[in-house]
Amino acid sequence: MDAAALGLVRRARWRWPEVVLWLLAYAALLMPPGKFLILNEIAILALFALSLDLILGYAGIVSLGHAAFFGVGAYTAGLLAKHVTGDPLAGLLLGAAVATVVGFATSLLVLRGSDLTRLMVTLGVAMVLGEIANALPGLSGGADGLQGVTMGPLLGCFDFDLFGRTAYAYSLTTLFLFTLLARRIVLSPFGLSLMAIRRNPLRAGALGVPVNARLIAVYTLAAAFAGTAGALLAQTTAFVSLDVFEFHRSADVLLVLIIGGAGWLYGGIAGAVIYTLLQDGIAAFTPQYWQFWIGLLLVAFVLVGRQRLVGGLYAMLGWARRR
Amino acid sequence: MLLHLYLRAMSAMATILFDGVAYGMLLFVLACGLAVTLGLMNFVNLAHGAFAMAGGYVTVVLMDRFGLPFLACLPIAFAAAALLGLVLERTLYVHMYGRSPLDQVLFSIGLVFMAVAFVDWAMGSSPQNIKLPAWLQGRRDVFGVQVGIYRSFIIVICGGLALALQLALMRTRFGSRLRAAVDDARVARGLGIPVSTVFAVTFAVGSGLAGLGGALGAEILGLDPNFPLRFMIYFLIVVTVGGTSGIVGPFAASLLLGVADVAGKYYLPALGAFMIYLVMIAVLVLRPHGLFARPR
Amino acid sequence: MVRRQLAAALAAVALLSSAAQAEDAVKVGLILPMTGQQASTGKQIDAAVKLYQAVNGSTAAGKKIEVILKDDTGVADVAKRLAQELVVNDKVAFLAGFGLTPIALAVAPIATQAKVPEVVMAAGTSSITDASPFVVRTSFTLAQSAVPMAEWAVKNGINKVVTLVSDFGPGIDAEKSFTERFKSDGGTVIESLRVPLRSPDFSPVLQKAADAKPDAVFVFVPSGQGAQFVKQFVERGLDKSGIKLIATGDVTDDDQLNGMGDVVIGVINTHNYSAAHDSAANKAFVDAFKKANAGMRPNFMAVGGWDGMHLIYEALKMTGGATDGDTLLAAMKGMAWESPRGPISIDPQTRDIVQNIYVRKVEKKDGELYNVEFATIPNVKDPVKAAKK
Repeated sequence: MDAAALGLVRRARWRWPEVVLWLLAYAALLMPPGKFLILNEIAILALFALSLDLILGYAGIVSLGHAAFFGVGAYTAGLLAKHVTGDPLAGLLLGAAVATVVGFATSLLVLRGSDLTRLMVTLGVAMVLGEIANALPGLSGGADGLQGVTMGPLLGCFDFDLFGRTAYAYSLTTLFLFTLLARRIVLSPFGLSLMAIRRNPLRAGALGVPVNARLIAVYTLAAAFAGTAGALLAQTTAFVSLDVFEFHRSADVLLVLIIGGAGWLYGGIAGAVIYTLLQDGIAAFTPQYWQFWIGLLLVAFVLVGRQRLVGGLYAMLGWARRR
Repeated sequence: MLLHLYLRAMSAMATILFDGVAYGMLLFVLACGLAVTLGLMNFVNLAHGAFAMAGGYVTVVLMDRFGLPFLACLPIAFAAAALLGLVLERTLYVHMYGRSPLDQVLFSIGLVFMAVAFVDWAMGSSPQNIKLPAWLQGRRDVFGVQVGIYRSFIIVICGGLALALQLALMRTRFGSRLRAAVDDARVARGLGIPVSTVFAVTFAVGSGLAGLGGALGAEILGLDPNFPLRFMIYFLIVVTVGGTSGIVGPFAASLLLGVADVAGKYYLPALGAFMIYLVMIAVLVLRPHGLFARPR
Repeated sequence: MVRRQLAAALAAVALLSSAAQAEDAVKVGLILPMTGQQASTGKQIDAAVKLYQAVNGSTAAGKKIEVILKDDTGVADVAKRLAQELVVNDKVAFLAGFGLTPIALAVAPIATQAKVPEVVMAAGTSSITDASPFVVRTSFTLAQSAVPMAEWAVKNGINKVVTLVSDFGPGIDAEKSFTERFKSDGGTVIESLRVPLRSPDFSPVLQKAADAKPDAVFVFVPSGQGAQFVKQFVERGLDKSGIKLIATGDVTDDDQLNGMGDVVIGVINTHNYSAAHDSAANKAFVDAFKKANAGMRPNFMAVGGWDGMHLIYEALKMTGGATDGDTLLAAMKGMAWESPRGPISIDPQTRDIVQNIYVRKVEKKDGELYNVEFATIPNVKDPVKAAKK
């Protein structure tokens, strides 16, 4: 075994914080109802952010239009449930599949150009898809959203309840499986080659890494992840509206990933937990002006630095919850 | 009869073209500051629209509460936004240069959120309206083409500004320093050019221009606390399509986008809303560094 | 195992109402867009709800009425999650608010599942009340405003019209119902134009409207875009070329009207509420509202919020404080009262509002612009649902 392979094996070992995280996440299922809905939202956002992490954290592709795939997955799952079958897993698979196709088709657009160019091209793709959905009200329900999505029971026996327990278990398990998959991928030679491309595409190319093919592959893969997240949202809320494609969704997921830190797989989860709980907590006090405080925190977060602030955030969160 | 129809179609087209040009000129004044900051410091300032909003609200407050005439408000809107830009640049932005672009995105989005919520709190969430003086209202018939007076006013002012900016950039000492700094900040610094001062001044002027654009555009684009978020995408499109190495690129990109947007909505209403995105994608795929930039 | 869980969940939901009874407070979950594009809607309704409680006290039927305000940010899935949390965690007896059609529709299944009344205070698409048997509306439907406008137009010598609406549920409702009535009364619609909801520049569509040379342009754009629309209408000289502007009252929203300037004077429109409505109830409402909100004028959104609270209070009084959904719904159906906008009632069949629609003209009174009512069409039911029967 050479050094690189040994390094991969070492990094692939499970560490105890990871294990604790997942145990805690599953233990939350035993809690009394009341928090499942927001936990479900966090799990979906985390999967979406994980998908962005694959391209941003590992391949260095910045995207401000990742909602394109999220939206495609959501509409696919929603339409399938409305017109064909309410089986959640079928919707999840089909949502991921269609998003994969769209991801592959649009991956050619992000191969060239600077960060800014990629930012804008991805944004443009999401906007165009959103406008297409808007222009086909017969199919998408237009600006009113897709009505009449009814979900069947999960695996044929678990109904989606009002408390969101099934929804959370479903989204969490999906997130877990996809995290395992992502973990496997980034800790493979393929993942290493991606990181080489991120650091220096020219050098990676000179070393014999097929740069474009790798970028297309990872972009397509990320699209599948995002499509799955979108399908989860459509299924657990039994509703899809045009804002699945909107700019704020792409921007939010980027914020979430930056807050959590890109390139270590758990950044999406950490960011999703912090951002959602903060927003929910602050909005409970001031439904009108929560944006100001979130903005202030973001600015402070950047100016003060990630490390120093995280401790303070946790303290504040504890204070907010106690009130 | 056919000739008559043809003439009518031509005059409608001329009007559409005229509207598109006015819209584009407005976009240029709003966005050119962003192009320069992006080119100069490689700083992704998503909060640029907040300065435009500041200019717009300054004008509304001055006209409504203090009864100042519209024309007098325009320079004040410029000055207020420029001052705000200068203060923020010296206190906050200065810490952000050289940080990763992702941190810059987070930082400037944070500023946008704060600006949006603050204006909502201070001024309310309803859209604000500017009452134009009577002599700027209505339209004239110029060689059979219907021309809005206010839009002509915008074209004249913004066209003049674009020309002045280009001259300042190409003919003045400050302009050549700025160009040197954009080309290579390190070498420029080594040659004794006070890059950080050049940047502070440029940032202030860019913010001021955005403020002026906000004041001029309130009538056409609308003005509410969400202005910076609503138009952020448009500004970014202008900058990426035009490139960041000068102002000719953004100027051409603004006009292209303005005309494509207005004409798209008129001639192809079904495609109208995403016309500009298609144009943008096409340009960026063919010329990843913008229409006018040299590849770096 | 699963069935048992499910049964337990359902039982728990059924228990919610009795749990709420056990406490002394009755909670109302108020879901509104407090940030984002529609924030002005949220502000108006929130202010009206607060005012209602300030004027009428915060108890009804011996119980404290506690309003929990949530910001849906204008996003449907967020609103749905908030509604679900309000039902599950806060055990609210009412869900209220709903600034946008997709949000009201997204929440409807929860109202059905949890048997909690959903009081729609703003959203105006006709189909909302069909989405759940627990939806009650105190705002208006677009068709309610648009059909009287069509009738008035034909009677007043307008024969050729271009319609121009925002491209979403309410806009399409307005276009359809206006066009149907206008044609059946003998008018012609030359062209039907739609603008995207988020398109700030009206110049291309206005140019099209001008090219068509109609007698009038019929317009619906959501409140907030009206000012810009009217200004560009005038800038383009459509008024001078003899094209009349007729609209639903959203365009000449009271909240915005003064800021639009004199260009709007003379615009004819139909709607359910004007701040200038001549009644003692309305004068008291407008004065109190302005006093409490730094001079802000209440608009049709505010009156929808006010009446929504009234409906909640009166329903509780009728049930003697009982808060199970079916009893509350039964109390609400057919309820009639004098609102600031005039007499209104809840249609017992459709749970939609029945109200007078007024034909108004924008005029200047005491230096301020108002929608002055000059004709009344009494007791208008939602025409879309009436046509279905």
